[in-house]
Amino acid sequence: MLELNATTLAFFVFAILSVGGALGVVTSRNLIHGAVYLIISLFGGAGFFILLSAPFLAAVQVLVYIGAIAILIIFAVMLTRSMTNMAEVVNRQWWLSALVGALLLLMLAVGVIFPVWGDGGLLPNQPVSDQVATTDELGTAFVGGEDYVLPFEVASLLLTGAMIGAIVLARDTEA
Amino acid sequence: MTVPLWMYLLVSAAVFCIGVYGVLSRRNAVAILMSLELMLSAVNINLIAFWRYGAPSDITGQVFASFVFVIAAAEAAVGLAIIIAVYRSRGSVVVEDVNLLRG
Repeated sequence: MLELNATTLAFFVFAILSVGGALGVVTSRNLIHGAVYLIISLFGGAGFFILLSAPFLAAVQVLVYIGAIAILIIFAVMLTRSMTNMAEVVNRQWWLSALVGALLLLMLAVGVIFPVWGDGGLLPNQPVSDQVATTDELGTAFVGGEDYVLPFEVASLLLTGAMIGAIVLARDTEA
Repeated sequence: MTVPLWMYLLVSAAVFCIGVYGVLSRRNAVAILMSLELMLSAVNINLIAFWRYGAPSDITGQVFASFVFVIAAAEAAVGLAIIIAVYRSRGSVVVEDVNLLRG
C-alpha cells in the first residue's frame, strides 16, 4: 500500500493540477480561461519533473511552455478577438471524439500500464537505482562533441527555420 | 520515491487522451493547438517517468524530452502564425470555415 508522505502527497496535488487543468482546457468556452487552465496543467507537469529528479527540465517547462508558448497562445487569442467566445465550442462529432479518447485511455490502461495480455513483465514500483544523471551530464551530452551535438545543431536550425517561417506567414503582405 | 511507475503513466495517459478529445472535438483552431500542447506535455511526463524508473544513470531520457520541448516550441510558433494568417484572410479561426483547398 502507498504510504502517505511528502512525495506521494505532492504527486497527488500535481496529478490533480495536470488532469484538472487538461479538462479545463478542453471544456472552457472562453479561450482566455482555457489558456489559464493550460498554464495550470503545464505547471503540474513541471511538478512531476521535480518529483522525477529532472530539475532542469522543470525549469525549461516553466520557462518555455508557460513563459513562451502559453503567452504566445494568449496573444493569438487576443489577435483573433471575435473568436474568443464562440456559441458552439465543439463540432457535431464531439461525442465520437469523447468515445475515441475514452477508448484510447482504456486501451493504454489494459495494454500498456496494467498488461492483461502477454508476459511483458510488471512495471517497476521503485527506480532501478538512485544514481541520477545530473544537469551537468545533460550539458555535456548536448555540446560535449560526442553524443548529441549533431541533433542539437539540427534542433537550432529547426528553431531558426520555424522562427523565419512564422514571421513570413504572419506578416501583413499589403504593408 | 515511493510513487510506483504506473501512477505516472496513468496520469500522463489521461492527459494525453483529454488532449486527443480536444483536438478532435474543438472548433476553434487556437483551442486545437492548446490541446496539442497538452498531448506533447503528457508525452514528456511519460518519457521522464520511464527514464527515472528505467535508466536514471543514463542521460538519454532527458535528451529526448529536451527535443520534444524544441519541437513543441517550433510547432506552436508556426501553428499560431498560420492561424493568424488564416484569420486575416478568412475572418475566422473555425476549422470548418477553412476550406480554400476544397475542390
